[in-house]
Amino acid sequence: MTINRRKFLGATVAASAALSAPMALAAGSGKPRVVVIGGGAGGATAARYIAKDSKGEIDVTLIEPTRTYYTCFFSNLYLGGFKEMDELGHSYGGLAAAGVNVIHDWAIGVDRDSKQVTLAGGAKLTYDKLVLSPGIDFVDNAVAGWDVTAQNAMPHAYKGGSQTELLKAQLAAMPEGGVFAMVAPPNPYRCPPGPYERVSMVAHYLKANNPTAKIIVADPKPKFSKMALFQEGWANNYGGMIDWVGEEFGGGNVEVDPNGMTLSIDGEVVSVDVCNVIPAMKAGKIAEIAGVTQGNWAPVNAADMSSKADADVYVLGDASQQGDMPKSGFSANSQAKVCANAIRGALTGSRVFPAKFSNTCWSLIDTDNGVKVGATYEATDEKIAKVDGFISSTGESSEVRKATYLESEGWYSGITADMFG
Amino acid sequence: MLLDFSRIGLCVTLAVSAFSAHAESVGDPDAGKKVYRKCASCHMVGDDARNRVGPNLNNIIGAPAANIDGVKYSKALKNAAADGLVWDEAALNAFLEAPKKYLPGTRMSFLGLTKSSERADVIAYLATYSDSSIAPEAGFSVSPEILAMDGDVAYGEYLGSECTTCHLSSGANDGIPGITGWDEADFVTAMHAYKEKYRDNSVMQMVTGRLANHEIAALAAYFKSLGN
Ligand SMILES: Cc1cc2nc3c(=O)[nH]c(=O)nc-3n(C[C@H](O)[C@H](O)[C@H](O)COP(=O)(O)OP(=O)(O)OC[C@H]3O[C@@H](n4cnc5c(N)ncnc54)[C@H](O)[C@@H]3O)c2cc1C
Repeated sequence: MTINRRKFLGATVAASAALSAPMALAAGSGKPRVVVIGGGAGGATAARYIAKDSKGEIDVTLIEPTRTYYTCFFSNLYLGGFKEMDELGHSYGGLAAAGVNVIHDWAIGVDRDSKQVTLAGGAKLTYDKLVLSPGIDFVDNAVAGWDVTAQNAMPHAYKGGSQTELLKAQLAAMPEGGVFAMVAPPNPYRCPPGPYERVSMVAHYLKANNPTAKIIVADPKPKFSKMALFQEGWANNYGGMIDWVGEEFGGGNVEVDPNGMTLSIDGEVVSVDVCNVIPAMKAGKIAEIAGVTQGNWAPVNAADMSSKADADVYVLGDASQQGDMPKSGFSANSQAKVCANAIRGALTGSRVFPAKFSNTCWSLIDTDNGVKVGATYEATDEKIAKVDGFISSTGESSEVRKATYLESEGWYSGITADMFG
Repeated sequence: MLLDFSRIGLCVTLAVSAFSAHAESVGDPDAGKKVYRKCASCHMVGDDARNRVGPNLNNIIGAPAANIDGVKYSKALKNAAADGLVWDEAALNAFLEAPKKYLPGTRMSFLGLTKSSERADVIAYLATYSDSSIAPEAGFSVSPEILAMDGDVAYGEYLGSECTTCHLSSGANDGIPGITGWDEADFVTAMHAYKEKYRDNSVMQMVTGRLANHEIAALAAYFKSLGN
C-alpha cells in the first residue's frame, strides 16, 4: 500500500507539468495541506483519519479554540447525576500523536479564492482542502426576550462545558417545589432526542432531590423524536411531574423575561426558577463567513461532503445540510470518515470507496432505562438518503433497557476513542 | 484469508445439518430456558455455576468433550473425547435426542428430548452462556463458499471505520464487545447471523443488513489483522 502510494506520488510529481494531477501542492511545502476548522465530533474525526491513514503524506492542521472538548453527548447524564463533568472532557494530545498539527485558536476568516484561513491570532494558513465542522450557533431573535447575553440567566446548555455546569448548578439551587422550564427548539437542531433526554434526566434528579418540583416544556413542534418512548417513560417514572406543551397548545408562542424570570406560553405567564432556553439553530458562524451557507445551513454533496459552493471545501456534522441524517455526534463522525477517505483519495491518489453512513442515538430515561433509534444512509445525487432503520419499542423488559444503557456506555468510549485516538 | 481447517471442517458439518433443520426450527433461548429445567437438577449454568452431579455448562457450545478438570466423566465420554468429540450444535443435538443411544455407557441418566424444537431451544439457551465470540451460532451457519472468500483488507479498513464508532479498536470491552483478532470464520459467521436476524441486536442487524458477502469478508480480514 505505502509503496504503491509513494510510487504514485513520485510519478505524479515528476509529470505534474504534463498531467492534470488530482492533487494540489501548497506553496513551499512538499505535501498537500488540509486545514480542519473545529475539533468536535466531525472535525476531530476527520483530522485524525486523514493524518493516520495518509501516514504523513498529508499535512493536517486542526484549528480549535478550546484545549479540552467537553462532549454534549452524555451531558444530560451529567445533569442526571450519572456522569461527572471530568468524564466528558477530552484533550487533543492523541490527535497530535497521530500527526495532526493542533492550533488552539479561532478561525475568523476564510478566503476561498486564495485558499487561506485567517486565525484570530493573525496567522494565515494555506490549504488545498478545507474541512469545516464548527457545530452550531443560535439564530438571532429566535425566542422573544432572549439573546446570548441572557445565557447566564437562562442557559441553553446546548454547547458542551460551562453552560452545562451552569444549568446543573441552577437545577441544584431550585427552591423546594420550584419550576424548571425548557423552551424546546424547532427543527432542524442538533440531537433530536436531546431536549427530551434532558427533561428525563432533570426529572430523575428532581425526583430524588426535590420531588414536589415541576417541569414545564414549551415546544414549537407537534411531535418529537422517540416521543412514545419518552412519554411512556415519563408516565411510568415521573408521573405528574412533567408538563409538555406542544404546538397545538401554543408551545411555539413563547416569550421570556430573563430579569423577571418569567416565561409566557401563549399569553399565560409563569414564574420559573430555572429556564433552559434552546433557541433555533444555524451552522457555526465560520461557515457563513466562508460563504458556503444557504439560509441557516451549508448544503453539501452526499458522496463526499464537499460544499455545493466549492469543491475544495467540505462541511461536516451539524453545520451541513445533507439530507436525512439527524444532527448528531454519531452522524458527524460517520460523515467525517467518508470525507477523509475522499480527501485522501483526491490528494494522494489512494483508493476511494463508496460513501456509507450510519447513526444511532441512545437516550437515558431513568436509571438503567436506555432506548435507542438508528438508521443507515447512502449517498444519492440529491442528498444523504435513509436506507433502513429501527427504534426501541415501548413496553420492553427492564433487562433489554439495561442492556441498551450499557451499550450506550460502550458507544461513548468507542466514539471518543475514534475521535481523539 | 487464512483458513483454519479444523473450523472449516466443523462448519461444513454444521452447514449440512443446520441447513436441513434451518427452516423449521431455529432455537429460541427463552423457550429453551423452560426446557432447561429438565437439566437443572444436575447441571448449573451462568454466573457462579459449579459442577454438581453433572459438569457446569458454561461455554459448552464448541467445547471439546470432557474438558473440565475434576469432573468424573464416564469412560465412554473420555474415549469419545480422545477421538475428537466437540460439543458443537450438531453433536449436542444428536446427544440430547437419545443420550444412551448416542453415547452408550454415558453416566447421564436422562431419557432425552424427542422434540427437535426443544433441542434447538435448549441449545440456543446454552449458547447464551457460551462465549459468543467463539461459539458457532446455534442453529445457524454459513456456506463454505462464503467462509472461503478472501477479504480485501484495505476495503475492510474503510468499512471498519463504521464499526469503530462503537467498538474500540484496541479490542477492549467498555460495554460493547471487542472485535479485533477474531478467527475470520467466527467473524463471518457472526456477521451473517446478525444479518439474517439469528443474532439479536438491532444496531448490529441494521449495520450488517446492507453488507454484501465480500464486504463481510473484508471486515473479517481487517479486524483479524488488528490482532488481539
Ligand atoms: C444535550 C445534548 C446531547 C447530545 N447527545 C448526543 C448523543 O447522545 N449522541 C450523539 O450522537 N449526539 C449527541 N448530541 C449531538 C452532538 O453533540 C453534535 O451533533 C455533535 O457534537 C456535532 O459535531 P460537530 O463536529 O458538527 O460540532 P461540535 O462537536 O460542536 O464541534 C464543533 C467545534 O468547532 C469549534 N469551533 C466553532 N467555531 C470555530 C471557529 N471559528 N474556529 C475554530 N473552531 C471553531 C468549537 O469550539 C467546537 O469544538 C447531543 C447534543 C446535545 C446538545
